[in-house]
Amino acid sequence: MKQEAFESKYKTAWCIFEDWLEDQERRKKLAALNSKLRPSDIAKRYRDICHHLSLSRARHYSPILQQRLNQLALRGHKFLYKSKGSFLRDSGRFFAFTFPNAVRRYWKFFAVSSVLFYLPLIALIIAVQYQPTLVYSILDPELASRYESMYEPDVEHVGYERGSESDFLMFGTYVYNNISIGFRTFASGVIYGVGTIFVLLFNGTFIGVIAGHLTQIGYGSTFWPFVSGHGSFELTAITIAGAAGLVLGYSLWAPGPRSRIASLKHAANEAFPLILGAASMFLIAAVIEAFWSSSSTISAQVKYTVAGFLWLFVAGYFLILGKTRGS
Amino acid sequence: MLDTRRKIETPEGVELMLRVAGPVPRAAAWLIDSAIHAGILIIAAFILLRFGDFGKGLYLVLMFLLLWGYFVFFEVYRHGATPGKRAMKLRVVNRNGTPVGWTASMIRNLLRAVDLQPGFFYGFGLTSMLLNRDFQRLGDIAAGTVVVFDDVPAWKTEKSNIEATPPALALDLDAQRAILAYGDRVDQISKERAEELAAIVSGYLVADDKSASKQLIGNAKWLAGRT
Repeated sequence: MKQEAFESKYKTAWCIFEDWLEDQERRKKLAALNSKLRPSDIAKRYRDICHHLSLSRARHYSPILQQRLNQLALRGHKFLYKSKGSFLRDSGRFFAFTFPNAVRRYWKFFAVSSVLFYLPLIALIIAVQYQPTLVYSILDPELASRYESMYEPDVEHVGYERGSESDFLMFGTYVYNNISIGFRTFASGVIYGVGTIFVLLFNGTFIGVIAGHLTQIGYGSTFWPFVSGHGSFELTAITIAGAAGLVLGYSLWAPGPRSRIASLKHAANEAFPLILGAASMFLIAAVIEAFWSSSSTISAQVKYTVAGFLWLFVAGYFLILGKTRGS
Repeated sequence: MLDTRRKIETPEGVELMLRVAGPVPRAAAWLIDSAIHAGILIIAAFILLRFGDFGKGLYLVLMFLLLWGYFVFFEVYRHGATPGKRAMKLRVVNRNGTPVGWTASMIRNLLRAVDLQPGFFYGFGLTSMLLNRDFQRLGDIAAGTVVVFDDVPAWKTEKSNIEATPPALALDLDAQRAILAYGDRVDQISKERAEELAAIVSGYLVADDKSASKQLIGNAKWLAGRT
């Protein structure tokens, strides 16, 4: 069959399908309903077009016709095989199922990450109590005094740099800072996990020495209520981000049956729920930190009680939520 | 072969062709998107400046959303094309031709932060694109996506009234395809170029005169079966 005859025979069918696709892509659902193409015929029309494409290639019709049919089939393919996700449903499933299960599946990495983080943290808090000058071998005096000014007992907004008075500004800063740290913890796992180990140890040390120093000089009454609230989310998020980084690093050390690059790609996909969940936790921590923790009008007892509930919530979330039968 | 066409196999048994896009059109698309970002941020700065620190916090959140959420939104909800990409006729799709989903879009945009380095010059991303067969930057590699051209050629409307004439010689398949391709392309190239190409076969397939191009077009019409 010559090309012209081929085109004139099938052109109407192609144009109808193309119009239908246009309407679908532009969400003109009503217009699509009026199409000459019935819903029951769509799949068959698509298969016919694929067949015509093959024919046009086999019969060596002109390149423009081939290209046109290729694009038409491609658009049909994209439309018919796309996944119908809704943001609400997918994110609901992520938080209810994917994220807790991912953390449970990689619990060993989570445990190692926690040890790397909490060990220096606790050790330094204790150490600074007995050896107060230890602070100045890790922080420079200027930085130490800046932190002291943020947690003075009679400061109006706890934890703020002197001069910035807005909750919302601090929220923006916390969001940006925390998520950057979490992301850096994860991304540095690419260096065979060494980066992540270093970041975890460093952050644990840093936070520990500050916490110890502030407690030692007597500012504990402002500091501990402040951090208790968002600590449950933020510290857990740091350790989860660390776990994700360690998953990346481990995939390079022990690639198993895959090449190292393939192993890394696979690990990145596996670790992605971890880092996404950690980012969400950082966001929640930033909300708590900016709008709740810093308030000096709420008493310490209330803050501690709420903090206790939050820690229980986080623990319960990861221990219980999303378990299916047999997992 | 030096070609940017990639085949995907479909369940229907036909191979569809994707043309992957290189760094240059993607950079142009990114510049357009950045201009849009800058515009939005400038307008936002004017408005939010009145609200002091609250406004500053809101501005930071807006910047964060724009740098990340803008791309994710358009890739998932607007067929894989941000306004910049649409201007350059590009589209983000999965490796197998299907539209990008949430996970893929978020992965590739999360890793944009790595691709941007050093500074904001996309050094890592550019290197990755140049070293990769499918022009994938690091975010694309991790998410399994490619950026493809999405231009659609118009149906060829027969405008000329040149008569369809059979070729003077018996032609093999490759030669017939070449003439058909010539007939398709002749509208898009200049007259001088059309004559130049026709001159290649003048003397034996077509007459060696000014009407060589017209004769070839006539041959193409005949081969295509157009009367």
